Amino acid sequence: MSILIGRDTRLVVQGITGREGEFHSRAMLEYGTPLVAGVTPGKGGLMALDGKVPVFDTVAEAVRQTGANTSCIFVPAGGAPDAVLESVAAGVKVIFCITEGIPALDMIPVVEMVRLAGAQLIGPNCPGATSPGSAKVGIIPGSIHREGRVGVVSRSGTLTYEAVQAMTDAGLGQSTCVGIGGDPVIGTQHIDVLKLFAEDPDTDALVLIGEIGGSAEEEAAAWAAEHLPDMPKVAFIAGRTAPEGKRMGHAGAIISGGKGTAASKVTALEAAGFRVAGSPTELPALLREAGYRG
Amino acid sequence: MKIHEADAKSLLVAQGLPVPAWAVARTPTQAREAAVRFLADPANATKKVVIKAQVLVGGRGKAGGVKLASTADEAEDVAAQILALEIKGLPVRRVLVGPAAEIVKEYYLSVLLDRATKRLMFIGSAEGGVEIEQVAVENPGAIVYEHVDPLLGLPDFAARELAFKVGFGAHWKAGAAIAKGLLKTMLANDADLVEINPLAVIREHNADGTPVERLVCLDAKITLDDSALARHPGLEELRDLDAEDPADVEARRYDLTFIKLDGDIGCMVNGAGLAMTTMDLVNRAGGQPANFLDIGGGAKADRVAAAMRLILEDPAVKAILVNIFGGITRGDEVAKGLIEARAQQVRDVPMVVRIVGTNAAEAAALLEAAHFVTAASLDEAAAKAVAAAKGVAA
Repeated sequence: MSILIGRDTRLVVQGITGREGEFHSRAMLEYGTPLVAGVTPGKGGLMALDGKVPVFDTVAEAVRQTGANTSCIFVPAGGAPDAVLESVAAGVKVIFCITEGIPALDMIPVVEMVRLAGAQLIGPNCPGATSPGSAKVGIIPGSIHREGRVGVVSRSGTLTYEAVQAMTDAGLGQSTCVGIGGDPVIGTQHIDVLKLFAEDPDTDALVLIGEIGGSAEEEAAAWAAEHLPDMPKVAFIAGRTAPEGKRMGHAGAIISGGKGTAASKVTALEAAGFRVAGSPTELPALLREAGYRG
Repeated sequence: MKIHEADAKSLLVAQGLPVPAWAVARTPTQAREAAVRFLADPANATKKVVIKAQVLVGGRGKAGGVKLASTADEAEDVAAQILALEIKGLPVRRVLVGPAAEIVKEYYLSVLLDRATKRLMFIGSAEGGVEIEQVAVENPGAIVYEHVDPLLGLPDFAARELAFKVGFGAHWKAGAAIAKGLLKTMLANDADLVEINPLAVIREHNADGTPVERLVCLDAKITLDDSALARHPGLEELRDLDAEDPADVEARRYDLTFIKLDGDIGCMVNGAGLAMTTMDLVNRAGGQPANFLDIGGGAKADRVAAAMRLILEDPAVKAILVNIFGGITRGDEVAKGLIEARAQQVRDVPMVVRIVGTNAAEAAALLEAAHFVTAASLDEAAAKAVAAAKGVAA
């Protein structure tokens, strides 16, 4: 078992014939992800990835013909919000939007439509998710994973890889790793992923990777303290040395008015029972200290 | 992207919002000409003008960047003083000149992107004219929050509700219209903040000399969503290059995210979260990062070389730490860029390179052949870079 994606996933990739879409679709297929369809308007009827994946003109058609239940979006920023809406309209329930650089205001009505449809949007500007051994959706390198029972949730891309690699090197496998994205308006927050892990019988421990800005980590921590008091929990927060008022790359990563600092997040996480690492490489040892025996 | 008050006011006027007249002056003479006009205006109840520095930092008033003048001569002098100022390191190149308002009451009203609820949100208060953060601490009950419906926007009834909650009194109709106008301004320009502080009831004179009160936007602050600038070509012209480090401008050209810091260890990393982490670990190893630099996903050799030039332009840099976790980014591409950059580099600065992930083995072979100092883990790389900056072998 796992969360969001797993053995029951039937994936459709929107933008499968684009440069990024094709490259990463190939990697997903090689990983063993059940990639059943691609969508590129005007290219319906073609076969992508050396004849392995049928391409459709619309998501609705892909869903009808292949039973796709999960989508992954590599459409450029101008068309990505519409691509999410197309997935929602076609009844897709788990939608990953990898695209970066989408204007924030464009996403506001889209996340509302996703919510009303009872679907789950991950991203935009996210690396995707991997449930080691069954499926990987997005751009996370498959090689860094190992099957196991630790749930990982993170706001970043490469920092997630760093943390996951450290876990794998230490022999700690993962149930699912989710990168939620660094944009100001994203479909899924840390707390939403923790709620999914709480329901997953195959997740026994948690790794939360956050960064400065906003208060999403604090809210997730408070929820975990109440609902997952006994689960071993560790965390890492990036941006301890970031100066105030400077936006550190991610649209959300900014400290302003003394809020969203690394120190305030670390305090909140520790108060909620998380052990907070000073470096991603310390996460496995801290997880053992917290009592994880997996 | 931040824009100047005068430019923000133009965007408000374009959406029909009430903003008292103003002029922008680049010289004391221009300020004088504007002052003559505003001092002679019969509507100007104070018979004074205000002259405000146009710089993209807060605290202009405290820094002497906002002053009143009663005569054209005085306006010219004051403008000359302000135009000679540097506020928080930024030169004042322009001043805004306008009639000094007779303020009856000051309010605060803004609309911004609320990340937690994924909606736009109005913040209003009858305690305007001071920093809203201060009101939030001292008198949180004086602040009103109202979310904008993600599908409907702000219908008239919601705008009225907001106006009554903030407490505009007799000016509630104007308050509701201004709220709608702020939202229109936000949507028309892809702003992530439109803030009016103060939004003020001011007293002016009718042509016959009788006083009249109206609610107007006295100050304006707008920040724009960088991701949306491409579809508003006119707004890019409002960018104030004086407010940016030349390195930032150069970085934008190569699609790099660069922020200069005060330390001596240059950092080159792929990914914002990992870049911050790299800075943190340099700090933990006893060093100080010279910059935040995210080369982004899928960087090729030429972008890596540009990033290296940017880092080396800072004379304080004594060592460079390159940390790449390849996903979309291919390690061998980065290695080639580094080798190319080092060949062109005028200054000999020790470099510690750590490349893992996609094509890491190919990268390692290239770097080894070129005699780079490499590291396996991030902690090791940080320690080696700190040692190199201090001039000792790790």
